Parts: sequence; C-alpha cells; structure tokens
Amino acid sequence: MGTNIRLVESPQKTLSVHPHKFALWLFIVSIVMIFASLTSAFIVKQGEGSWLEYNLPSMFWFTTATILVSSVLLQWGYFAAKDDQFKKLNTLLVATIVLGLLFLAGQWLSWKQLVDMEVYFAGNPAGSFVYVLTGLHAFHLVTGLVFLVITLISALKNRIGSGNMVRMEMCVTYWHFLGALWIYLFIFLIFYH
Amino acid sequence: MDQHIAETTGYHDAEWHAHGHHKESFVTKYIFSQDHKTIAKQFLITGIFWAFIGGILSSIFRLQLGYPDMSLEWLRPLLGGWITDAGKLDPEFYLALVTMHGTIMVFFVLTAGLSGTFANFLIPLQIGARDMASGFLNMLSYWFFFASSVVMLCSFFLKTGPAAGGWVVYPPLSALPQALQGSQGGMTLWLIAMALFIVSSLLGGINYITTIINLRTRGMTFARLPLTIWALFLTAVIGVLSFPVLFSAALLLIFDRSFGTSFYLSDIYIGGEALSNQGGSAILFQHLFWFLGHPEVYIVMLPGLGITSEIISTNSRKPIFGYRAMIGSLLGIAVLSFIVWAHHMFVTGMNPFLGSIFMILTLIIAVPSAVKVFNYLATMWKGNIRFTPGMLFSIGLVSFFISGGLTGIFLGNAAIDIPLHDTYFVVAHFHLVMASASFFGMLAGVYHWFPKMFGRMMDEKLGYIHFWLTFIGVYLVFFPMHYIGIAGFPRRYYSWTTFDVFNSFTDLNTFVTVAALITMVAQFLFLFNFFYSIFRGRVAPPNPWQSNTLEWTTPLHPGHGNWPGAIPTVYRWPYDYSKPGAEEDYIPQHIPYSQTMESNLPHENDLIALEKEEEDIVIDESSESH
Repeated sequence: MGTNIRLVESPQKTLSVHPHKFALWLFIVSIVMIFASLTSAFIVKQGEGSWLEYNLPSMFWFTTATILVSSVLLQWGYFAAKDDQFKKLNTLLVATIVLGLLFLAGQWLSWKQLVDMEVYFAGNPAGSFVYVLTGLHAFHLVTGLVFLVITLISALKNRIGSGNMVRMEMCVTYWHFLGALWIYLFIFLIFYH
Repeated sequence: MDQHIAETTGYHDAEWHAHGHHKESFVTKYIFSQDHKTIAKQFLITGIFWAFIGGILSSIFRLQLGYPDMSLEWLRPLLGGWITDAGKLDPEFYLALVTMHGTIMVFFVLTAGLSGTFANFLIPLQIGARDMASGFLNMLSYWFFFASSVVMLCSFFLKTGPAAGGWVVYPPLSALPQALQGSQGGMTLWLIAMALFIVSSLLGGINYITTIINLRTRGMTFARLPLTIWALFLTAVIGVLSFPVLFSAALLLIFDRSFGTSFYLSDIYIGGEALSNQGGSAILFQHLFWFLGHPEVYIVMLPGLGITSEIISTNSRKPIFGYRAMIGSLLGIAVLSFIVWAHHMFVTGMNPFLGSIFMILTLIIAVPSAVKVFNYLATMWKGNIRFTPGMLFSIGLVSFFISGGLTGIFLGNAAIDIPLHDTYFVVAHFHLVMASASFFGMLAGVYHWFPKMFGRMMDEKLGYIHFWLTFIGVYLVFFPMHYIGIAGFPRRYYSWTTFDVFNSFTDLNTFVTVAALITMVAQFLFLFNFFYSIFRGRVAPPNPWQSNTLEWTTPLHPGHGNWPGAIPTVYRWPYDYSKPGAEEDYIPQHIPYSQTMESNLPHENDLIALEKEEEDIVIDESSESH
C-alpha cells in the first residue's frame, strides 16, 4: 500500500443526511400510513351506507388557526436559533407550546360540541371516526409537545444555536408535519363527513 | 490479505479506542445492551424459545386431528382444565391452540426472530458500520418485543384461555366477549401484545432503513450491497409501511371491544336479542388486516430469500446469477405485496370485477418469484457446491418455494380459490411457501453465521441429520395436506368424525400427525447443537466459508464497534467467487482491484485510478452510532 497520508481537507463522505433526521422522516411515514389507512377506512365505510349525517364542530376553525399560527411562530424561532438570538428563541418556543396546549383544549371543546349535536363516540361509525381521527392526532400532538419541551430545555441550557441545529430542525419538522396532518384531516372531514 | 487489513487498519487506532471501549457491566453488556450483535442474539434466542412453544402447540392439535379417539389424560399436568373430564382436548382450547400457533409463528418467530436477528446482526457487519444508527432505539425495539412476548405468554394462564378467533382475529368473533371464551381476556392481551409488537417492529425497521442508507462504508454503493442487505432493507420498508395499518385495524377493534363503538359490528343477534351496535362492517376489518397481512408474508419471506442468495452463492463458489435481476425481483415483490391483499377475501362477496384485478396482480407475483428461483438454480448449476448445513437448508428453501409457490398459482385464481378457500389446501400452500421456506431461511442463516455470532462452529453431522429429518418431515406433513384440502376438509375444525364423508381420510390425518411429531422431535437436535456449540463447539476460523462479505474481516469476537481500527473500504461487489485468473476462488469485498491485476477485467482496471480517491474519503464517525 505504501504511504498514504491523509490531509485535513480530505473530502467528507457524501451521504450527509443526519441519521436521526432520516429516522424522523421514516417515523413520519409510519404515522402517515396510520392516518392514510384510517381515512381510507372512512371512505370505504361511507361507501357501504348507513352513514350518519352531521355538521363538523365550528371549533375546528379555531383550532386550525391556532396550529397554523404555532407553526409560523416555531419557524420564526428556527430563524432566531440560526441567528443565535437565544432570548427570542426561548420566547417563541414557549409561545408554540402554549398554542399547542390551546389547540388541545380547542379539540376537547370540539368534542363537547359533537356531544351537544348528539354525535357520540359509541354510536354510528360516522361519528366515531371523527373522534378517532382527532383523538389519535391529539395523541401525536402531545408527543410533539413533549419534543418541544425537550427542545426548550436544551435551548435554556444554550445547547441550540447556529452551530447546533439538529434537534431544532427535527423539532420544527415534526411540528410542521403535525400541523399539516391536521390540515389534511380537516379538509378531508370537510369534504367527506 | 491479512497484511492488507493490518495496513489499512493502522490509521484509526486512536479513534477506535475513543469509540469502542466503554466500561460495560454484565447488565449493559448482556441485558440492556446497545450493541447490535447482542441484540441480534437476544432476538434469536427469544425467537427460538417461541418457535418451540409454537411447535409444541401444533403437536398438541395434531394429536387431536390424527388420533381423535385418543385419551389425552397424560397432558393434564401441562394443560390442566383444558383436558375435559372425558380425557379429551377442550374444543375451545383447540381453537386457542391454532390461533396462538399462527400468531406466534408468524409474528414472534418469523418476523421478530428472523428479521430481528439477521437485520440486527448482518446490517452493520455487512455494510461496514460500527453499529445501528441508534443503538438506544434498537435496544428499545428488543425490549418492546420482550414485553409483547411476556403479555402474550401471560394470556395462556388466563382462566378463559388465550385468543381463539384465529390469527387473523376477524370480528365479530374477536370483538364480542360472548362469542368465545378466548374473546374475553385472552383477546385483550392479544391486542396489547400486538400493539407492543408493532412498536417494536417500527423502531427496528426505522433503524434498519436509516442504517443502510446513511452508514455504509466507503465504496459500499447500493450496487455492491450483498443481497442479504437488499432483502432486509426492503423487508424493513414493507414493515414501516404496513405495520401502522395493522395498528389502525387493532385500534378500531379495541374501541369496538372496550368502548362500545361499532366500526366492525352491525345487525348482530345473540340468543335472539339484537346488540345495540349498528352501522359497522366486518369486511372493513378484513381490508385493513390484509393490507398488513399480505405484506407480512413477504416480511417473513424476503429475509429468507436474501440469506439464501448469499449462502447459495458462497457455497456454490460462483457469483450469484443475475445480481441485478435479484434486486429487481425483490423490488417487484415488495411493490406487488401492497396491491394484492384482497386475494384473501375472494369469498367476502366482493365485486367480481375487483376480484379479477386482484387476481391478475396476484398472478404477476409469480414472475419475480420465478426469477428468483431460476437465478438460484442457475447459480448452483455447474457450481463447485459445498454441502454445508447452511447450504442444505438454503436448497431446502428453494425446494419449498417452488412446490409451495406452484399451489399459489392455483389459489390466486378467484374461481379455484372459492372452493378451496379455508380448506387444508390453503394450509398446505402457505406452510410450504411461507412458513417452511422462511423457517429454512432462518435455520440456514443460523448455521451459516453461527461462527460469526459465537466464534464457534456448530456440529455438521448433527446439522445434516437435522436437515434431512426436517426436510423429509416437512414434505410428509404438508404434501398429503393438499389432498385433504382438495377433499374439502375445512381448516380450524376440532373434529370431523361426525361426518361420514371425511372418514376415509382418517388414515391420512394420522400419517400427517406422525410425520409432524417426528419433525418436531428433530428440532431438539438443533436445540442441543445450538446451545452445546455456543459453549463447546470447535473454535471457528476467521472466515470458515471463505466468503466475500465484510463481516468475515472482523476479529473472531468483534467488540462493540466491530472493527478494531478503521472500517474497511469496499472496492468490489460481494460475489467475486471463482474469478478466472484469481489465485483463490474468492476475493473479499475489501480487496482493491490494484491487488488483483491477474484477474481483473478490462473495465475493472479502469477503476483502479478511482480507488485512490475512495481511500481518501474520511468517514466522519462523530455523528455515527452514539
């Protein structure tokens, strides 16, 4: 082989997606499959008839607005982190978490609206599906909130900044995904309920 | 060659020391280990445990089928109240036995035990990585599987028994506790166990895909990946896409069982009284279930096919025939597996037009399957075959894949499937093509990679006896079953003795039972050989099968981090066996073309210039395997 001196400037390995980020995308794919299967089941069931007609809770408009704003704020926080504006980052992370909690509260109220309209969880599958879709989404949103809290903690410990963006990027990706998932579910329900 | 390793490994000693030598206690080394090799062994040993449980369950129900008049009083110490006062097997427990046999074998043995073991063990070793992308998630994957196993095992000790609605758990049978004893607590535990199992598979699958895509060593392009890795990769992709759907199906079933919803239930009368559930559809469950259920059979099958490709090529001392066609057929099978699920549902009253679409798609699977079979045969053709136990089991897999696959062409036709549906013909078909073939893939893999796992060789003679008893046994069990099925015997029936039509087949059923028991006993040879060889086997040479893949460049007992020193660079595909002009009949992947001038083809000589560049790529290990 002879001498083989390695220079510091040697080219880096070309495959550069961070493994954890890649794993997050795969995790997102598996969540997509859950909701794809449930919404397909919804359509199949609807096609078979004996389907309850009802209106969607008006609260959904409010929660949709909440989650959209939260995504915008988090994206702003991402830019703040890139510029090392730590104070701003912390504030925006807290704001996102608060909006996330507000979203959950709003979903709870929309369930109450459904009950007032006499659409129950245990009843015609048409109504049950709405509970399952929103409930399962809310469950994933809770995991998103946990991720946000973890990110906030590392931000408070100054572990996030322009040089260390992996966790922040993953958190932003996941939160945007959860927002997009809700928009998809909402539009789906508007068209198919 | 050894010199080459020594030279290339000189550079990164410091790196290795920084990486590999954490202080390890017994608990972190053997129990909560994050080392992919230990996790693989945990999966393997748990899988073997479950395989024996599953096998014993089948022996018990085979006794009932083969000897319907036999007194099973002697099983009372084991089964207790499940033996009735008359000394017979309790009919409801019979249903629990077939249900649990199916669940255990499909999920716990051939999914977790097979791809859990070999994906964990082979992926980092064969692609040249220190460990999985996330050792922690990998550890969690095993422990979720373990928790799932514990829950499933607990269900055997319930007074009402384990789940009994068949491994497919169709509602309303599985949704209503009034339907069956097994649909009470047993079914609840089944659902909990499966939910944990799905989490385990997803954690594992996500890790496998990430590792294969992101952590390959220098030069390990996709076109140089061993076929084992291709197969395990696609298995993981199928799993990540299909297991969430099973989760959806199970979730809705849980709501129906415990929260009073009616996703799958409608118009049900029990004892003349209508249940309140309205508006659901049992067929919906079948769609959701089989959207996982069909890909699942490929999750079970693909790892076996990959392992076989590797072993057949190595032991035929010939390059695999049609490497790219093998990858293409794996891809074809993986894609098709998602669009054929309704061939399990031809008798549900589906639209015949829809049925014919699913029929055509199903029959198309014969094409990639045949490509694989022909390539295996062409690889062995005029090869310098070494009949190691691993090779024999691989050839056995090919044999089962052919004989079981042929009946798949029959069953894929809706018109033939309708009379044969739910008969023993179906049982014979999938036990040959899926169950036995995958099982042989798993055994082949164990025999082949045992020296790498434990640093010792398994006993060959016992391996041969094990192979022949199992191979002949499997055919004696499942071949007659086709005739029983064509005669119209429905599966999952406790007894037929009240039907005169079926009396003439009693002898055949007895024959099958005897064969099944002999096959079962033969497995204890393997069990003995496996555990004996771990401690007392002959110490293995570093590359006992003279194989090309990277795992054989590691030390006999690789530590955490796999290679002491730098990870080898890969310069060639893994199937350079018996290359004309070469000194030996194999050239491992890490040997550069510049060292094999005598055997290079013209275009390979052109690659030598590029090798220098590849060597200079530095793997940034700071972000890997921590």
